[in-house]
Amino acid sequence: MQSSAKYLTRKGWHQTAIIAIIGGTYLLGSWILNFDSLGGLIALPKAFGWLGVNFAPTPKSMNYLPQIWQKLMQTVLLAISSTMVAAVISIFVALIGSKVTGINGFVQTIVRGIASFFRNIPLVAWSMILLFSFKQSDFTGFLALLLMSIGFLIRAFMEIIEDEASETMLALKATGANYFQVIFQAVLPQILPSMLSWILYMIENNVRDATLVGILTGTGIGFLFDLYFKSFRFDASGMTVLSIIIVVIALELISNQIRKVIL
Amino acid sequence: MLEVKNLDKSYQKDHPALTNISFTVEPGTFVAIIGPSGAGKTTILRSLNQLIKDDSGQILIDGDDIRSDNKTQLRKHRRQIGMVFQNYNLVERLTVIENVLHGRLGYKSTLAGIFGRYTKEEKAEAMSLLKKVGLEDFALQRCSELSGGQKQRVGIARSLIQHPKVILCDEPIASLDPASAQTVMQLLKDLTEEYNLICVANLHQINMAKKYADQIIGIRKGHLIFNEAADLLSEDILRTLYDQDITKELE
Ligand SMILES: Nc1ncnc2c1ncn2[C@@H]1O[C@H](COP(=O)(O)OP(=O)(O)OP(=O)(O)O)[C@@H](O)[C@H]1O
Ligand SMILES: [Mg+2]
Repeated sequence: MQSSAKYLTRKGWHQTAIIAIIGGTYLLGSWILNFDSLGGLIALPKAFGWLGVNFAPTPKSMNYLPQIWQKLMQTVLLAISSTMVAAVISIFVALIGSKVTGINGFVQTIVRGIASFFRNIPLVAWSMILLFSFKQSDFTGFLALLLMSIGFLIRAFMEIIEDEASETMLALKATGANYFQVIFQAVLPQILPSMLSWILYMIENNVRDATLVGILTGTGIGFLFDLYFKSFRFDASGMTVLSIIIVVIALELISNQIRKVIL
Repeated sequence: MLEVKNLDKSYQKDHPALTNISFTVEPGTFVAIIGPSGAGKTTILRSLNQLIKDDSGQILIDGDDIRSDNKTQLRKHRRQIGMVFQNYNLVERLTVIENVLHGRLGYKSTLAGIFGRYTKEEKAEAMSLLKKVGLEDFALQRCSELSGGQKQRVGIARSLIQHPKVILCDEPIASLDPASAQTVMQLLKDLTEEYNLICVANLHQINMAKKYADQIIGIRKGHLIFNEAADLLSEDILRTLYDQDITKELE
């Protein structure tokens, strides 16, 4: 009794200390960066007010809609196609790299390394690097998204295989089934729902990222936003952002529905 | 006939998991392997179909040593050995009949297996086996929708369609309620007689072993210390096997 009371007091102290450390770090950071906390807070409403006034689409911005819509669809398709290609590549790589279906320890280490390399280079950096070789084109954006998605999906698929397929694999191996039969009859059917769920998530994510990549590569909806913004057509920029938000939310709703059906 | 001779296995140097295990089982016999946790029961069972590579000894099935098999021969041997798991190990998203038919993969060409092309006879046999285990109405249901006891009977049907000489069961009833456990044990016993099988089951329930098994093998710390007809299992033996009095278990 005594000791549990002591434990709880000590835990209380720990929590206080953690909050103090976080607060202290913030203050120290503001001081180093010369960041005026109070001024920032006061400016916030003003900034949003300015945004609201200038970026609010007017009836006239409706004229931009066909152009926005066309570029937006281009961007969505770019995101979907890069994710699909990434998924196909990733499933093969994950199969030869996972602990349960993998070829050997050496290949597994290599695959893990490649996946983490692709994943840990920021998307913006990928785009900049690829811009050198492929110039400003849709293909540059496609490739940047593809490489990063591959990094994520390989890792995710390997974990899914290891978590969900090892037991059934063992059972089919015991019946005398060979490697490819086990992969197609046990592993793939078993992991399909989780895999699709990841692919859907990756598509949603890539639609958002494709916008950013578009600004750099001068393609798609990102390019259009950049163009409107730099030519001070703020209402059109606002319209673009609004369209992106609507499409992303719509995609999320659709993929939630698909998830419900397959899981 | 299944003959195991001088089987040894250690996972780490100087820590033998199995030492000099020898026993024989005649067709039509239901054998229970009992012993405390970590004794080596799973290791024995998985050596029998070479899911675990043991270190030395012999495992003869009708005189053929499965240990000296190459890949093709091992595949042929494995299809004569069914396996039933504690967690059923079914492909939950597939239907009951698809899971039963998986037992035929060892007999099929790679391509036919990959695409799941089964003959009419195989499908008919799968249905008749489902009837035998009392699941003929569930053939097209997804396995994820079944109860534990039903899943285990699917697992048994999957092993039967292999036309096995041997069925290995690693704690087949450990995840089941008492009633389903009785059903599964009775089923295994009946099938052993009907098909003249060798059925080897790891069990933690000594009363179940006594009730259903013909032969009992006792394993303690990797050594075989008992191998007799089930009636001969005494309180003394159990005391040495488990290092404590568990005589109540016998009632
Ligand atoms: N993959 C492994 N690597 C290392 N040691 C292992 C491995 N599998 C089993 N062992 C060891 O081998 C011994 C026998 O294990 P085994 O799984 O055969 O026991 P068991 O009798 O089946 O136990 P339980 O009743 O708990 O299932 C144990 O000491 C265990 O720690
Ligand atoms: Mg075990």
